[in-house]
Amino acid sequence: MLPTLALLLTCQLIGEVVARGFGLPVPGPVLGLALLLAVLIARPTLAATLRPSVSVILAHLSLMFVPAGVGVIGNLDVLSEDWVALLVILVVSTLLAMLAAVGTFLGVRWLTEGRQP
Amino acid sequence: MTGVESLWSYLSATPLLWLTATVVAYLLSDRTARSLGYPPWANPVLMSVLLIAPVLWLSGTTYDVYFDGAQFIHFLLGPATVALALPLWDNREMIRRSVAPILFALLAGSVVAAGSAILMARGFGLPTEIILSLGPKSTTAPVALGISEAIGGIPTLTAVLVILTGIIGAVTVTPLMTLLRIRDWRARGFAVGIAAHGIGTARAFQVNQVAGAYAGIAMALNALLTSMIVPALVRWLM
Repeated sequence: MLPTLALLLTCQLIGEVVARGFGLPVPGPVLGLALLLAVLIARPTLAATLRPSVSVILAHLSLMFVPAGVGVIGNLDVLSEDWVALLVILVVSTLLAMLAAVGTFLGVRWLTEGRQP
Repeated sequence: MTGVESLWSYLSATPLLWLTATVVAYLLSDRTARSLGYPPWANPVLMSVLLIAPVLWLSGTTYDVYFDGAQFIHFLLGPATVALALPLWDNREMIRRSVAPILFALLAGSVVAAGSAILMARGFGLPTEIILSLGPKSTTAPVALGISEAIGGIPTLTAVLVILTGIIGAVTVTPLMTLLRIRDWRARGFAVGIAAHGIGTARAFQVNQVAGAYAGIAMALNALLTSMIVPALVRWLM
């Protein structure tokens, strides 16, 4: 577990340093993700070392959104004025985004791969 | 009375209490959701918030005090984002075979997520700073806050809208995809990752490992793309 944590944190740290150092609009953890992917391509055997701890982390991804989620309750006064409009916008826009993504994915898949089950 | 008060003043001054409360609330929520068979409406983030919020309210605890403890968990969002490299690596063959669907679905989903929100907010006549705060709502929280700040939105409002979007996407994706009879786990996962970032990705991992991997790809790529697209959309649509 500790070697995995050390590798994840190191990738994030390097990502953060590069993003800030070069003033990139990309967040540090996303660059860290790309870096870890490059590490895995260079050293495929690392995947087996990472897998047990990473599975635990990703299985509990929801936990990490709870602190920010509680902030929703703390900001109810900000939302109170326009909450109906905001709720309609969030629901409709989220559904539209999923429809656009799934429709495009299936359409392009059909064009490039042919029909599949 | 003074014993209780001094105990409370000790506990409320250390991160221990709210860190524990957050982990326990999540465990209870996750166990409950699992025992129900992970139905779409039993979202663990939503349930945890509904458990913690009344405790904060009844004990007169401010969000800042709560966050002093909970920030240790919040911090893990960074390493968890990095960790998404592993499912990408594990599914590399499948991803290589669907590069074209991934890139086009990324562009379509990202533009519709931000564009539809901005246009509808204009239609409702919402104030400009709220419209600007809505733009990056489908991106993962740390990215969305940066974008919101850069284009003149209110970062704290954006944080709220990002979490609500994630919960809405996670709750609606399964009924929507089942209704449309879409059986391709790649497409289903990708759609929820684009529209509902990490909370949607967590939901996808609950349902199917391939869907989870594709949701992770979508979330990571969308984090890259939204930071370029939203400022342009705002200039064009406002």
